[in-house]
Amino acid sequence: MELLVTLPLLIPLALSLALFAARRHRRASRIIAIAGATILLTVAAALLVVTHDGIQVVAIGEWPAPYGIVLVADLFSAAMLLVCALVSWATIVYATGWMDAERERTGFYPLVFALLLGVNGAFLTGDLFNLYVWFEVMLMASFVLLVLGTEKGQVEGGIKYVSLNLLASTFFLSATGILYGIAGTLNFAHLSSVLAYVDPQILNIVAVLLGIAFGIKAAVFPLFFWLPASYHTPPVPVSALFAGLLTKVGVYALIRVFTLLFVHDPGWTHTLLLFCAALTMLTGVLGALAQHDVRRILSFHIVSQIGYMIFGLALYTPLGLASSVFYLIHHIVVKTNLFLLSGLVERTFGTGSLDRLGGLFRTHAWLGVLFLVPAFSLAGVPPLSGFLAKLLVIRAGLAAQAYLATAVAVLVGLFTLLSMLKIWNEAFWKARPDHSMILHDTGRFPARLVVPIVVLASVTILLGIAGEPLLALSSRAAAQLLDPAAYQAAVLGTVTVQAISGGV
Amino acid sequence: MELLFALMVGTLYGCSLYLLLRRSIVKLAVGLILLGNGANLLIFSAGGLIRGRPPLVPEGATTVPAPYADPLPQALILTAIVISFGVLVFAVALIYRTYRALSTDDLDDLTTTDRLGEVTEAAHRPLVPIATITQSADDGR
Repeated sequence: MELLVTLPLLIPLALSLALFAARRHRRASRIIAIAGATILLTVAAALLVVTHDGIQVVAIGEWPAPYGIVLVADLFSAAMLLVCALVSWATIVYATGWMDAERERTGFYPLVFALLLGVNGAFLTGDLFNLYVWFEVMLMASFVLLVLGTEKGQVEGGIKYVSLNLLASTFFLSATGILYGIAGTLNFAHLSSVLAYVDPQILNIVAVLLGIAFGIKAAVFPLFFWLPASYHTPPVPVSALFAGLLTKVGVYALIRVFTLLFVHDPGWTHTLLLFCAALTMLTGVLGALAQHDVRRILSFHIVSQIGYMIFGLALYTPLGLASSVFYLIHHIVVKTNLFLLSGLVERTFGTGSLDRLGGLFRTHAWLGVLFLVPAFSLAGVPPLSGFLAKLLVIRAGLAAQAYLATAVAVLVGLFTLLSMLKIWNEAFWKARPDHSMILHDTGRFPARLVVPIVVLASVTILLGIAGEPLLALSSRAAAQLLDPAAYQAAVLGTVTVQAISGGV
Repeated sequence: MELLFALMVGTLYGCSLYLLLRRSIVKLAVGLILLGNGANLLIFSAGGLIRGRPPLVPEGATTVPAPYADPLPQALILTAIVISFGVLVFAVALIYRTYRALSTDDLDDLTTTDRLGEVTEAAHRPLVPIATITQSADDGR
């Protein structure tokens, strides 16, 4: 059991090192990377099954909480691990058919697994400072992935991404320091039991500081500017991986701290989040409408969709949190898939600029249909996963009487549909413009580029027509999130028992 | 002593935010360095400033006599210093590469990735026949 919780960290670490050693051998690298991603997926699935029996806690080095660092896997973190493993599997398979020789040789695969190490660590850790360390691991890997190849646009996007994320890290670090000064502990479970006795005024300051730090990482209004400036600059697989994973870790951290730590004054903290959520949805989708390039439109849609997830959290009701969890899982799959698809479009035309696209439906009808699956899902058209996710969010909003924000959510859904149809019309439906240059007209893409897209699209359809299990999972995860006492008992209780009985 | 530290931290944060808002890319780097130092000092002072009382259990006793200096903030700062050093080295290298690629150190000139309707980098790349791309993607196989 202990091994199963630590494996999502050990596997990427080992693979990252192995792939770094083997980076000159492209064929071997690809095989190791795909095999490793498959193993990671299996482990994550097994962990999700195990966490159904209760929260799994592992004290690293047998140092009991709150003194040592613990890894905690509850349903929410296990579900996040699984869906992230799924999209990283898809992206890695896609990358083997996409990446150029130079990027593969300079360490694309080791960096991907270093990124996964940071992401998985952030999902599993039960300690605030440890979360900071995992964030830094993830950021460092993402910095290098973003600028790998050092094209002009990449370094320019890189400057914005790096400086704003460093600012976020510093906010995180400052908040951690102040919180330690107040509470004398950094263990999540311990903090959550101690913070009830702390002056709420000071806690509000720390909550805002941490909210800003995670808000920058999650690209929440008004802190999202780095995202649309940088996500369209790296190669498509990197964009897809970032779109699926990075901001979602920020959302995960927001959900974690605003359900476990800062629940002293939801009328203030969560109302603030509600405002941010509504404005995030709105500004993101309006930004997307103004754009005229596939990947830039999709980047702005990440921002807008983050708003829905924060909306569910801000309501702070069981239904609201369940909708957040559902939305997160649905969104990670859909968004990664859209970026992977945009790659095929860009590859066909050599550009993602809508003016120069067109007529793709004539030559690649199946690609047009495949694109509609995640695009409609993103907009919330039934029977796809996005419909259920949006329905949940809106129902939660109405139940909590947040009518204005709910109205914004509905409106943004319409705008999302509009902007997805814009891409579809321009790239697939309209006649091909004369000045477009076609790189690839045979209608055949390597299987490695198509299989991941088909797999992710199937997941989207499956979650839409048979969403019941995921809905049950989200509700259970939300119930766990809303019960900090159970989390405290699992972390502080179990470890004490283990320590008395002499460990494992 | 706490007051001195608080003023110091405030000054560092203020200076670094001022530098971050300047247009020069080098000042951005200096600002980030100062900000990291400010945060480390903040952790140090928030953890309590106690002088000359190491957290050691005296011979014959079972607990440390209070008050004693908490070693944990120092461990946190040490970790943070190492991390921020690594990240800053990367940032400085990136800034140098940006300067080389764009031949400007003015942040206001870095607008191509933000501009509306601008085509992506892919469009600026020389168009290569797809046969070459597939070949290069497959040559390791």
